[in-house]
Amino acid sequence: MEQLIQQLVNGISLGSIYALIALGYTMVYGIVKLINFAHGDVFMVGAFIGFYSITVLHLGFFPALLISMVACAIFGVLIERIAYKPLRNATRIAALITAIGVSLFIEYGTIYIRGAQPEAYPSNIVPLKSLEIFGVKISGQSILILAVSLCLMIILQFIVHKTKIGKAMRAVSHDQDAAKLMGINVNNTISATFAIGSALAGAAGVVFGMYYTKIEPLMGIIPGLKAFVAAVLGGIGIIPGAMAGGLLLGVIEALVSAAGGSLFRDAVAFVVLILILIFRPAGLFGKNVREKV
Amino acid sequence: MLKVNDINVYYGNIHALKGVSLDINQGEIVTLIGANGAGKSTLLKTLSGLLKPKTGEIVFEGEHVAGKVPQLIVKRGISQVPEGRRVFANMSVEENLELGAFLRKDKKGIQEDFEKIYQLFPRLLERKKQLSGTLSGGEQQMLAMGRALMARPRLLLLDEPSMGLAPLLVKTIFQIIEEINKTGTTILLVEQNANMALSIADRAYVIETGKIVASGLAEELSASDQIRKAYLGGH
Ligand SMILES: Nc1ncnc2c1ncn2[C@@H]1O[C@H](COP(=O)(O)OP(=O)(O)O)[C@@H](O)[C@H]1O
Ligand SMILES: [Mg+2]
Repeated sequence: MEQLIQQLVNGISLGSIYALIALGYTMVYGIVKLINFAHGDVFMVGAFIGFYSITVLHLGFFPALLISMVACAIFGVLIERIAYKPLRNATRIAALITAIGVSLFIEYGTIYIRGAQPEAYPSNIVPLKSLEIFGVKISGQSILILAVSLCLMIILQFIVHKTKIGKAMRAVSHDQDAAKLMGINVNNTISATFAIGSALAGAAGVVFGMYYTKIEPLMGIIPGLKAFVAAVLGGIGIIPGAMAGGLLLGVIEALVSAAGGSLFRDAVAFVVLILILIFRPAGLFGKNVREKV
Repeated sequence: MLKVNDINVYYGNIHALKGVSLDINQGEIVTLIGANGAGKSTLLKTLSGLLKPKTGEIVFEGEHVAGKVPQLIVKRGISQVPEGRRVFANMSVEENLELGAFLRKDKKGIQEDFEKIYQLFPRLLERKKQLSGTLSGGEQQMLAMGRALMARPRLLLLDEPSMGLAPLLVKTIFQIIEEINKTGTTILLVEQNANMALSIADRAYVIETGKIVASGLAEELSASDQIRKAYLGGH
């Protein structure tokens, strides 16, 4: 039983990382209907920026987290302006292929700049104490991840529902022309969406580094794909769906591991993807309506 | 107030507006009538900056606005209630109205306008927190109008506000349009329901396949045989 709860806690920690990445996928999809396959690589870049902030600039965890988020926000906006904006009226498949190209460019660009060798993340920079609740030991890392993710998600909800830019984002994702008629600058709103989604991915990269203590240039691929599955699981384009989908996927993975299927762990996400596409293609939070043409 | 001079608008190689010119004076209700596909919505979209004319000019209060971005046009005082209402269905009535005031900074003025709009459309007040996608067609039309008014426009463009509404509701909507006009907002009303539109308008233009084919005082047009045959269902 304690074993099980332990795994559940691990699953939630991992899941909240998936959730942070999935939010970027889902927000960008919601507004430009593009699966930004380079999103996992923004997560990787975030992990490295956090790493260098700590090891080279000797910053603490929170300043490093903040720098990584800001840098990734800028990086995300650049990707959007340079690679995706010129294709906004192109076919979806053209944009998708471009996204895959951007992804490869970032991965191999990083390897070209700093080499392919992994780094050991300095996870001891925050004095973390583990907690024991009813005999279940929760590691300091887990608590940190949960706390950071929870805060970011609350901030995100606040931005999306209470601020002007958040309302503009929702308006543009619902109806671009109607949003323009309100005087909303659609280009800036799309950029803001990329900025926020990328900042969350950057944060996810830093906490991922703290948790797994190893980072490398291709580290974004698998978590990126899983976060994509999480976004689809929750209903792509739906923000609470991405949060729930991420957590659920993390927990499912942890439980499968606990049941002795740890070799099977990475495949679970894709089984989930196939099941959801067969039985509930709009996702758990999505309405099963056909898309307007 | 608004002067449209010989504009040509294309969708790719479809020539949708062919040398359209029209004038709107301060304080008027002008209606643009025409059959489905004549180019009415295209004209309104061009006025709002969603489409750029290939040639021709649009002058609003002395400023050339053809081809300017929608933001600037809203800022200058032209708002549109688009065809099919296009309310933000995923947001509440109140949030829709807030978005109408997106470019405004005068908090106090915005608050006053909220009250004015709730007075004009008491239904919206009752449903303030409701998701706008759950409103009836008539309520959505009211919301789309209220939302456009939140920008405090001097010229309001209305694209087929009566579309899909029950006759009684159409009457209410037209009364409200007149009321809005009386408070000083100039109106360009696009309609297929020519009878109703001509009954409240000062002047009218008739558009056919992208060209203005007739114009004049609303009463004169309602009396003209040709117009009656084509748009008012005979006799
Ligand atoms: N997005 C578009 N692409 C191509 N053609 C269009 C588009 N929108 C409208 N049209 C064409 O332009 C003409 C005028 O359309 P529209 O302005 O919507 O007419 P109305 O509002 O008077 O019914 C029609 O022939 C229509 O088929
Ligand atoms: Mg139309």
